[in-house]
Amino acid sequence: MTDEKSSDEAGSEAGEVIAGIYADGWSRIVATMIRFTGGDWDLAEECAQDAFTQALRRWPEEGIPRQPLAWLTTAARNRAVDRLRRASTEAAKLRQFAALEAEPPPPVYTSDSEIPDERLELMFTCCHPALNLDAQVALTLRSLAGLSTAEIARAFLVTERTMGQRIFRAKQKVAHAVIPFRVPPAHLLPDRLPSVLHVLYLLYNEGYSDQPNKTRLSSEAIRLARVLAGLMPDEPEAQGLLALMLLHDARRASRFDAEGDAVTLAEQDRSVWDQDRVAEGTAILERALRRGRAGPFQIQAAIAACHATAPTFGDTDWPQIVGLYEQLGRVAPSPLVELNHAVALGMAQGPETALPVLDALAASGRLDGYHLLHATRADLLRRLGRNEEAEESLRAALELAPTDAERRLLERRLADMRMPGR
Amino acid sequence: MKYLMLVCVDPDLTQRDIPGEPDVEDWVRENDAKGVRLMGDRVRPGSDATTVRVRDGEVLLTDGPYAETKDLIAGFDVLECADLDEAVRVAAGHPMAWHGVIELRPFWVDDNDS
Repeated sequence: MTDEKSSDEAGSEAGEVIAGIYADGWSRIVATMIRFTGGDWDLAEECAQDAFTQALRRWPEEGIPRQPLAWLTTAARNRAVDRLRRASTEAAKLRQFAALEAEPPPPVYTSDSEIPDERLELMFTCCHPALNLDAQVALTLRSLAGLSTAEIARAFLVTERTMGQRIFRAKQKVAHAVIPFRVPPAHLLPDRLPSVLHVLYLLYNEGYSDQPNKTRLSSEAIRLARVLAGLMPDEPEAQGLLALMLLHDARRASRFDAEGDAVTLAEQDRSVWDQDRVAEGTAILERALRRGRAGPFQIQAAIAACHATAPTFGDTDWPQIVGLYEQLGRVAPSPLVELNHAVALGMAQGPETALPVLDALAASGRLDGYHLLHATRADLLRRLGRNEEAEESLRAALELAPTDAERRLLERRLADMRMPGR
Repeated sequence: MKYLMLVCVDPDLTQRDIPGEPDVEDWVRENDAKGVRLMGDRVRPGSDATTVRVRDGEVLLTDGPYAETKDLIAGFDVLECADLDEAVRVAAGHPMAWHGVIELRPFWVDDNDS
């Protein structure tokens, strides 16, 4: 009995260690194996999977190796050599195998620190702009985050088969079009880094909801942004992205009420905000801004920092937010930025200043059909005492609201407005 | 790696002179010298095209291009590049990328995984 119990304990301890290594180890092993197999992504993943399966079987009995990543990488490499040897009758594999044999066999890795970290190469390849955005996202989740096809399919509400095909096609494109497995040279970085940042931020936002099968996406996005920021310490936008995610994430616990409805920033319970995340996010942002190359992610993070560090909604530094939105509008112009600028202007200088700005935006027609344009307008009109027009705008917003939760929020506002004495 | 570079007209783009647009003669000279451009030429418009099909053993000819869009393909080049990034760089240096569209197609490499 005692023996059984201790082996169970060893098993669960090894399981925990393996789970801990999997988070970062998966992508490192896959990246190393992609390089080792000369670009065979499927084989690379299969070997990584196999290495973890072996670890789950052997570590509870044999103990956890002192250099676990080296152990896993060696196991994956041996598996790859095995597979290529067995497949060597096929002409293409033979060439691959011959190439392997021509070079001296790579060493058995003895220490974790000697394993090259090629996760950046993997990131830039997964997010290569020659792949469409869906493909970039799917490849990133599979090869970098190590999510299974089924998990990715669930998060994006498609069938496992559809997601499997998407990943398959993406890998085929990488192989057939010869998308290079490398960090782009310096002159290409300004073109390529935004694509990586964009995919990670999109993943974060996909997971920034109350749906449990999606929240994993946010934590993976933060983890990958951390890896990216660590591997590219001289890229302030990579730091800015990490800061932005942390500052948003700090407010996660207050964003939905018990019924799953979204809670507006003004009404959120600030006492549950994660102060460690706020502190970490602001510290990273400050370091990034000191480089004097403020890009869109740093500016958005600065706005998020204004909100996250305000003790109350009323104490928010709105004039600074107005300035930041103006700066954001210059580096990354978009109608949504203009809308948020108008909201901030309404808070900083009052509704009478903001309304003409908002009306000019509405007249441009670029946000036709966007419910928050009308909701914002309703709020400004209400504060100016123009209740009838405000109601009209609220009804327009209601008609366009995309989710039930948002409709409920707007209906509450409409009911509040109709109450006498308000 | 060989890429077929299809040089296409963008019917929606009417601007004639684009500042900074590269010169096609320079492009050909440079890429021929580097061994990146293996061959290439302009082709006659779609009105001079003949489409060939064999159906039930019979050769059927159609006067005109296969693609519905008229005069899409203006020319082609065959590139030899290390990878897609290099091919993109070469294609982006061609004037037709500035006021038309260039499609890059990797050559089919005989392998067993397709």
